[in-house]
Amino acid sequence: MRGTFAAVVGRDLRLAARRRIDAALPIAFFAVAISLFPLGVGPEPQMLRQIAPGVVWVAALLAAMLSVTQLYAGDLADGSLEQMLLVPGGRIAIVAAKAVSHWLLTGLPLAIAAPVFGLVFDLSPEGIRALVASLLLGTPVLSLMGGLGAALTLGLRSGAVLLILIIVPLCIPALIFGAGAVAAVDAGQSARGHYSLLGAVLIFTGVLAPVATAAALRIATE
Amino acid sequence: MDVVNTRWRFFRYASPAAFYPLAGRLVPWFAAVAAVLALAGLYLGMLRAPTDATQGDAYRIIFIHVPAAWMSMVLYVVMAFWAAIGWAFNARLASVVARAIAPTGAMFTFLALWTGALWGKPTWGTWWVWDARLTSELILLFLYGGYLALVSAIDDVRRADRAGALLAIVGSVNVPIIYFSVIWWNTLHQGASVSVAAAPKMAAIMLQSMLLMTLSFWAYAFAVVFVRARAIALERDNRSAWAAEAVGRARTRTQTQTQARTQTGAGT
Repeated sequence: MRGTFAAVVGRDLRLAARRRIDAALPIAFFAVAISLFPLGVGPEPQMLRQIAPGVVWVAALLAAMLSVTQLYAGDLADGSLEQMLLVPGGRIAIVAAKAVSHWLLTGLPLAIAAPVFGLVFDLSPEGIRALVASLLLGTPVLSLMGGLGAALTLGLRSGAVLLILIIVPLCIPALIFGAGAVAAVDAGQSARGHYSLLGAVLIFTGVLAPVATAAALRIATE
Repeated sequence: MDVVNTRWRFFRYASPAAFYPLAGRLVPWFAAVAAVLALAGLYLGMLRAPTDATQGDAYRIIFIHVPAAWMSMVLYVVMAFWAAIGWAFNARLASVVARAIAPTGAMFTFLALWTGALWGKPTWGTWWVWDARLTSELILLFLYGGYLALVSAIDDVRRADRAGALLAIVGSVNVPIIYFSVIWWNTLHQGASVSVAAAPKMAAIMLQSMLLMTLSFWAYAFAVVFVRARAIALERDNRSAWAAEAVGRARTRTQTQTQARTQTGAGT
């Protein structure tokens, strides 16, 4: 099982390394989406500081949802998904590996890039630290739930929009606690409660989402 | 023997062929009950219940608003339950019922939001607040929408039923988490400027009216869901003998009716 997991993660990372522009698209989307807000809302630093946590988190959520549609699509198209699902007892390992590699390719880079956007929005150093911490805790939830959505909408006509419609409502807790942690730090309060709840959501999703995703893949490929 | 017998009878209606005529016979009754109870409830609520001291007559929308909100939540659980039964036991009718419930649940959710807006304008001075209850009801509407969109996007019936069941189950597991996260989000950001709990203390007649409306909505939901489930079952089994028989029976009935009508028309 561990071998399957490592093999799938390694394969997905290698595929991403061969198509670097494709792999960089979610980050580019993230940057463009965030840059729109000061243009739309206005450049007042006070207001930007206030909306920064929500804006960064919403952009991260949408970047994860838009990139996750391709998680299983390529493997379904070339038939390797069916072969992978035949590995005995490895279905959940494969699903978990897919979510982990998606997180390594989108969630982690977003968390690393987040300080730059924190600076652009004039966040305090503590606020930036909270932003990175909340993204590190919260983006795995987005990858896990997005994987479930990708499995449910596998091969459907309007899969990408459908995925956003069905999965975004389920990601609301991560958004609330993630953005809330930064807002709490910015207001001079402790963000510990938010981190704990975000961690609880992550554990809950980490345990249940792979099982549900494996079931969804079975339904989709039957 | 009795147990076996009653069980057999109970599960008999899990077959679309047995369900179809039974539901057809029950629909007018449920519709009549819904209409009678709604008239009674609206009579009590609109004409007999006293005017509220602080909210005036505007509060009377509660007799639609609260039952609709209750139905929206209950129907989601019922839908997830039947979808799960249909998936776990391969019970085709259960999946049909789950799909038939979804539009009614979404309708009640929308009705609760809409009447809430109509109630909010005169009492709170605004159509909408990002209050915890309102927001979680809105998310419930999104969940219904996601379920409906997913099952209609999948052409293969079996896959659509199962994927919908999985989504409904995940949604019902998530609903309490979403609910509490929304409450905490709201309280962490700003004090509750508007509390739904501060509704007027309820007179007995108001409670009676609300219960009558709730029962009426239940009966309405049964009637509509049965009509829809009948149509879906017929569509899915359109090559089976019972469906042909049911359609044939309906056709001969309309034919004899039109014949009778033309004959009487010719006579006069």
